Amino acid sequence: MLKHRIIPCVLLKDWQLVKSIGFDSFRTIGHPTSTARIYNARNVDELIVLDIDASVDGEEINYEIITDIADECFMPLTIGGGIKSIDDIYAVLNAGADKVALNSIILEDITFIKKASSIFGVQCIVCSIDVKKIDGEYKVFNKNRGILDLDPVALALSYQEYGAGEILLTSVDKEGSTTGYDIGLISLFKNRLEIPIILNGGMGKPEDAVSAIQNGADAIAAAYIFHFSQYTPNDIKQKLKENHLSVRINV
Amino acid sequence: MGNLRSVQKAFEKVGSNAVISNDMSVIQNASKIVLPGVGSFRDGMKHLKELNLIALLNEEVLEKKKPFLGICLGMQLVASKSYENGITEGLDWIDSEVVKFDFKALEKQFKVPHVGWNNAKYKKENILFRDITDSSDFYFVHSYYFKTQEDVISSITDYGFDFVSSVNKDNIYAFQFHPEKSQGVGLKIIENFVNLENIC
Repeated sequence: MLKHRIIPCVLLKDWQLVKSIGFDSFRTIGHPTSTARIYNARNVDELIVLDIDASVDGEEINYEIITDIADECFMPLTIGGGIKSIDDIYAVLNAGADKVALNSIILEDITFIKKASSIFGVQCIVCSIDVKKIDGEYKVFNKNRGILDLDPVALALSYQEYGAGEILLTSVDKEGSTTGYDIGLISLFKNRLEIPIILNGGMGKPEDAVSAIQNGADAIAAAYIFHFSQYTPNDIKQKLKENHLSVRINV
Repeated sequence: MGNLRSVQKAFEKVGSNAVISNDMSVIQNASKIVLPGVGSFRDGMKHLKELNLIALLNEEVLEKKKPFLGICLGMQLVASKSYENGITEGLDWIDSEVVKFDFKALEKQFKVPHVGWNNAKYKKENILFRDITDSSDFYFVHSYYFKTQEDVISSITDYGFDFVSSVNKDNIYAFQFHPEKSQGVGLKIIENFVNLENIC
């Protein structure tokens, strides 16, 4: 039986791994390679690293650090942030990533998904959607362009159509809040997509993961809870298991 | 064709080394052969053809009986044919075909691709599973699966139904999941492969 994945999702900034709160302020988690090594030792299901310097400042992707992180990972590694071309994807994969997360580039040019998935396979292409709630309505948000008049579900369906392998759905309002996942948001996606959805933003306690999955998330991503609380990924899995949701319990 | 570096790294981790090559003489001189790969079946076969590697692989694996490890697409390529983007002939080392997951007829919907950790239930002895508990979880990511009637199935995995997650025929070992991305149990498979006695 397929297991629900619990995925640390951390940000790379100034050669450090950080955690953001509402995409705004940052707290340092630690050195990238030692953090990756700990995640690997703890058998986390997967790891997502987003290079926010490259995505916001238009700087080059930090391949050196990505290589160092990948060398510690014997689990799947997704790298995102600042990917603008097919050559960037080749370079990130050569550095040791297994998948790439795409965000700004596919808002500008949706056909890039098709191009990328036909070369690298759909399994390699994670399409990332950031969402903000404005006047009771969920709208797509982009770090560089602000709020866009786009419906997140419609956008995810288009991404799927163009060859996305997975959707990484982040609630900007919930991100770093520890007040729980945006259940209103994930409920809109329930049974709508044929591809898996990773829900990100807001986990503060293991129960939050249970309601996220019960309401339509296939996998969940988080960062704050793993670094600034007493909970480990395994605590979350135990809670999911108690609720009869399938997880990989580490041996 | 996907992430060769991950596979190479896994060999290094278990104290071995793997050379990434499409050079015929390097492959001829290798003691074992690994065919990893993600991406499409059609592209995979096209590349093997363009690089003139098909006859060479047949000779090294079928005749000289070099241990062969196929991973993900590398497993599917040993099939007779695949239905991915039309029909494409494979290496045809195992009488089989590769078809897409289709859950339209089922009441409960399963997502495609099949992504994540799922357990492999043993069907028959496969020396590469040595020292790994039955039904351990491995990392999968694929939309197509391997169908065979041959008595080669070493494990099955449940995703709406039981599909073939690994096969073994003589010196051919192939896994639908990614041992190189499956932490301890996956590295154990790589280690067991490295430690196979070379019978050529």
